[in-house]
Amino acid sequence: MRGAETPETMQDPSGKPVVTDTTSSILDRAAEAAVRATPDNLATRVRGLSDRMVAWIFIAPTMLLLLAINIFPLIWAIQLSFTNYRANRPNEEVKNIGLQNYSRILNDHDTWIAMQATAHFVLWTIVLQTLIGFTLAYLIDRKFRGHAFWTTIILVPMMLSPAVVGNFWRFLYEPQIGLFAYVISFFTGIPPTEILMLSSVKLAPWAIIIVDTWMWTPYVMLICLAGLRSIPDYIYEAAEVDRASNWRQFWSITLPMALPFIMLAVLFRGIENFKMFDMVNLLTGGGPGSTTEVASITLKREAFEKWRTGFSSAFAIILFVAVFGLANIYVKVLNRVKSR
Amino acid sequence: MSAAAHSVVAPSTTSKRVAATFVVVYAVISMIPLFWIFATSFKTPPDSIAYPPKVLFTPSMEGYCNLFTTRTRQTPEYINSLPPATSFCDETTRKRNMVIAGPSNFLPRFVNSLIIAFGSTFCAVFLGTLAAYGFSRFKVPMADDLLFFILSTRMMPPIAVAIPIYLMYRELGLSDTALGMILLYTAVNVSLAVWLLKGFIDEIPREYEEAAMIDGYTRLQAFRKVVLPQATTGIAATAIFCLIFAWNEYAFASLLTSGTAQTAPPFIPTIIGEGGQDWPAVAAGTTVFLVPILVFTILLRKQLLRGITFGAVRK
Repeated sequence: MRGAETPETMQDPSGKPVVTDTTSSILDRAAEAAVRATPDNLATRVRGLSDRMVAWIFIAPTMLLLLAINIFPLIWAIQLSFTNYRANRPNEEVKNIGLQNYSRILNDHDTWIAMQATAHFVLWTIVLQTLIGFTLAYLIDRKFRGHAFWTTIILVPMMLSPAVVGNFWRFLYEPQIGLFAYVISFFTGIPPTEILMLSSVKLAPWAIIIVDTWMWTPYVMLICLAGLRSIPDYIYEAAEVDRASNWRQFWSITLPMALPFIMLAVLFRGIENFKMFDMVNLLTGGGPGSTTEVASITLKREAFEKWRTGFSSAFAIILFVAVFGLANIYVKVLNRVKSR
Repeated sequence: MSAAAHSVVAPSTTSKRVAATFVVVYAVISMIPLFWIFATSFKTPPDSIAYPPKVLFTPSMEGYCNLFTTRTRQTPEYINSLPPATSFCDETTRKRNMVIAGPSNFLPRFVNSLIIAFGSTFCAVFLGTLAAYGFSRFKVPMADDLLFFILSTRMMPPIAVAIPIYLMYRELGLSDTALGMILLYTAVNVSLAVWLLKGFIDEIPREYEEAAMIDGYTRLQAFRKVVLPQATTGIAATAIFCLIFAWNEYAFASLLTSGTAQTAPPFIPTIIGEGGQDWPAVAAGTTVFLVPILVFTILLRKQLLRGITFGAVRK
């Protein structure tokens, strides 16, 4: 392809080939550009905006949109969090009650139960997804025949809508007719009518953990796989020369070098599951009672069922701060991964 | 096999076989729920709730009929007095002593999903490309802080954002409108678009534009005629990620839309038949809803890693 081109010519913007190889033509073109640039100042100013202007024109619309849809409502929510406002009674007098909402949330027993449910959910999903995800990535990295195909198959669940698929898991979990209960009773002999995944206080938290793990293990796997593939072969070759055992190689090369990637996956999952709403809302709706009432579900119940807008705004602000803290840590880790 | 013959660079045949077995078993098990959705969509309602669950069954389109129609129960005399059934759906419905009363809400909800997903994707990618180019090529004061701010908006819990948005939209008359949802999804997606596209544009050598500008292009022309064509793959991948997010989104949709602008995700769980959820119809709706995403996932598989990590990890 390259050989076919005449080396002396290249296309200029107007489409006609110009000779570039000789010094004189470069001078000619420079002169031509100078002529084009100098005389009509106005035209250049309109067509060729200064880089500074272009930068702001390009960035400003995004910033304005984010200010309107994210920051303005956030400020509104902060203001509401100091009041007793209720969105379903717009005509009622709004009173400023200071920090009462915040102190009530932090001293409320129910809040801590919700936080415990969230912590249980986040912790176990991360543990399971990291273990299974890393193992799968390690196995796929053996590069057996067809590994690319099976990787794509494994990735499918994470691209699907958690709400729509989570809703269908309700059917799989049905004690009488569901596939899940049938399979469990087939292997354990427990009658399927006793496998109440969604309505038993003991099992419901695990029901949501299972679905989340099914959905998001591929995510952790994909990031771990990138980590494993980033380890250069020569390090393993050197270890082979030193007669390091496979076990030793795993602990002193594979794991430490993949660790930043694993951490990245863990942080992403942590943030995502901390704000988990859709799947849990459809599977259990926070029930039975409030056993699976993760933070977002509490927030939805307070804001859109009990209509305690002021109170729930305060709760939302507390969650913001928590997520913002996590996001900060995340960016630090991300930068460390990138600088490697 | 001696230890020296083994090398991690080229794993032994045995270890490959063991690895392949585990991975394939996992892949097959993780596909069962999806297979079950697909299978259930072709079952009749009695087959779908049979115990033990039926793996082999006579396929039926009843689920799809029920998904797209609403039905009313009628007396056998009334049904017999009707002219002969004209379509397959008519016939299956009459066998259950019911008559099709009209189209269901599924199609309008599906169309809403299409409008909102494509509309917001277009806006997010348009704004995101401009902003990404700005951040990639110019010295923007406090660029890192602005980029972090853009990213952090994506990390807010959706319900927490939804409370003030709900009040704001109520004031502005944007509740339950496609425009309101497009604006909201654009704002959520633009952060992903900026981060991903900045990575893609960073990879295009600056020299291309500089050469074009020496040749007399203005900055804007260089952006349009040099950078954009080079970034097409990145823009396409980003667009698909935005599309998938907007398509799958449930939290905002369920709280901020209730009727005219409702999308498919909050609608599908509400499909009910007589005596509870009509599972074959739900499965049919889920299948119709998931197929586009399956296609996109296969198209995207090479860019997937980059998309899900906001461009932090590249292959």
